Amino acid sequence: MNAVGTSLTSLLGEARRAARAYPTLLRVGLSEVVAYRAEFVVWILTTNMPFVMLAIWHAVASDGPVGRFGQKDFIAYYLGGWVIRLLTSTWLVWELSMEIRAGTLSARLLRPLHPLFAFSAQHLAALPMRLLIVTPVVAALVWLAGDRLAIRDPRILLIFLGAMVGAWLLIFFVMVLLGSLSFFLESAVGVFEVWLALFAVMSGYLVPLELLPAWVGRIARLSPFDSMLAFPLETLIGLRSLGTALRDLLTQWAYVAVLAAAGLSVWRRGVRRYVAFGG
Amino acid sequence: MRMSAVTAMQYRADFLLKGIISLVWLGVALIPLVSVFHQRSSVRGWTFPEALVVVGWFSLMKGILEGAISPSLTSVVEHVRKGTLDFLLLKPADAQFLVSTAKFEPWRVMDMLGAVAVFGYAFHTLGHAPRPAAVAVALALLAVAISVLYALWILVVSASFWVVKVDNLSYLFGSLFDAGRWPIAVFRGALWFLFTFVFPLALMTSYPAMALLDRLPATTAWVALAGGLGFAGVARLVWRRALAFYTSASS
Repeated sequence: MNAVGTSLTSLLGEARRAARAYPTLLRVGLSEVVAYRAEFVVWILTTNMPFVMLAIWHAVASDGPVGRFGQKDFIAYYLGGWVIRLLTSTWLVWELSMEIRAGTLSARLLRPLHPLFAFSAQHLAALPMRLLIVTPVVAALVWLAGDRLAIRDPRILLIFLGAMVGAWLLIFFVMVLLGSLSFFLESAVGVFEVWLALFAVMSGYLVPLELLPAWVGRIARLSPFDSMLAFPLETLIGLRSLGTALRDLLTQWAYVAVLAAAGLSVWRRGVRRYVAFGG
Repeated sequence: MRMSAVTAMQYRADFLLKGIISLVWLGVALIPLVSVFHQRSSVRGWTFPEALVVVGWFSLMKGILEGAISPSLTSVVEHVRKGTLDFLLLKPADAQFLVSTAKFEPWRVMDMLGAVAVFGYAFHTLGHAPRPAAVAVALALLAVAISVLYALWILVVSASFWVVKVDNLSYLFGSLFDAGRWPIAVFRGALWFLFTFVFPLALMTSYPAMALLDRLPATTAWVALAGGLGFAGVARLVWRRALAFYTSASS
């Protein structure tokens, strides 16, 4: 009983410390992004795939709509998808596996703050810069296909915001899980590449889920990949009704809970092992 | 070359895993194509098996790029950063030749096997084999395509003499290259211009495929040939300039 009480107090203390440090960490993260702005821009340019896919579907739909998708729907879909992807993606896997292999993670572990807190601050801090980058594309989206946006309904808007937070958390914890594999495997980055390929297909990043071959689409809708991109995106442009969206929001947050638990447990086990042979 | 094979074979599990990853990627590359042609029997004059021929060339070029061209040139960037390029420059052979043959990644053979399988399936569906003359033109274009690809890479690497952090650029290169799995005819306007003249993907995947399918106009083939050689020449020039700019580790 007493032990539980002590650990609860220490947990609360840690949370309070984290909350106090967070603003500073955000500031540090922001200046990091500003310092590496050239790399940032190159990274943005590497995410050109949705635009290529948009060109292709636009050509396909020139002689009539494809399923539920006309040319305008494709514009809304791919521009929206790019914006959501940019706002929710993190490159934590690279950092984690590099720090683990180079041993620089030790320094982070020594600090009186959970390393994952610090990482999350670093990635949240990149958001203002990313918002700046996506603004012109959002403007183009509103101008070219504004009537496709379903978030003028405040209820849909609320679900969309919840879905964005959920997607960010989900992707963050998947990255923690995959990055922590570096504690055990040499080629965790290889695993990550496989994951990336699956993500591209199953999340609707390359092709809208309903236009995939039927069996792939069915698997994709059940998988967590749906929650990472397709769900917020299709809610945004009104492809999911209010009822469906609410149900999918619950599914998404259930996935967040599961992956958070899985990611943190692998992380904890990895850190124990790391300390054991790092000395 | 043999050294690379031996090094790779030491890690047999890794070799197998990477080969499998190559094949998975090929499968993933096919899914958007299958989705598109599930909706329409032809897109801008290309049917599914014809587009598959383009995918075959894409896979082949990707195998060449990632198996033979990019590992060697990535090591140049490393040399430039550490200043060890001096050792290479001191050797009595041409530096460009030395740096581009430094390293091979044999498991990329899987990509090429995949490409052959895709070709086989495509021509089986089309119901006829390519004419020998068409194959000859396609092979000539393959040589041009490889030299253009190589030239582009040399340009990227030359950039590393000025801006050292180039691994980002190589990702950009890879992501642009991915668009090469589509026939050039689906692109219009700015993208068409970009992929035909600036970053000539058309030359690398669509034109050889069209040659194989017997639908490439002869003039286009000649222009492609000349353009490809010109590109390689420019790259050589830039490389020389870049080397002149390189001031070794000590200075």
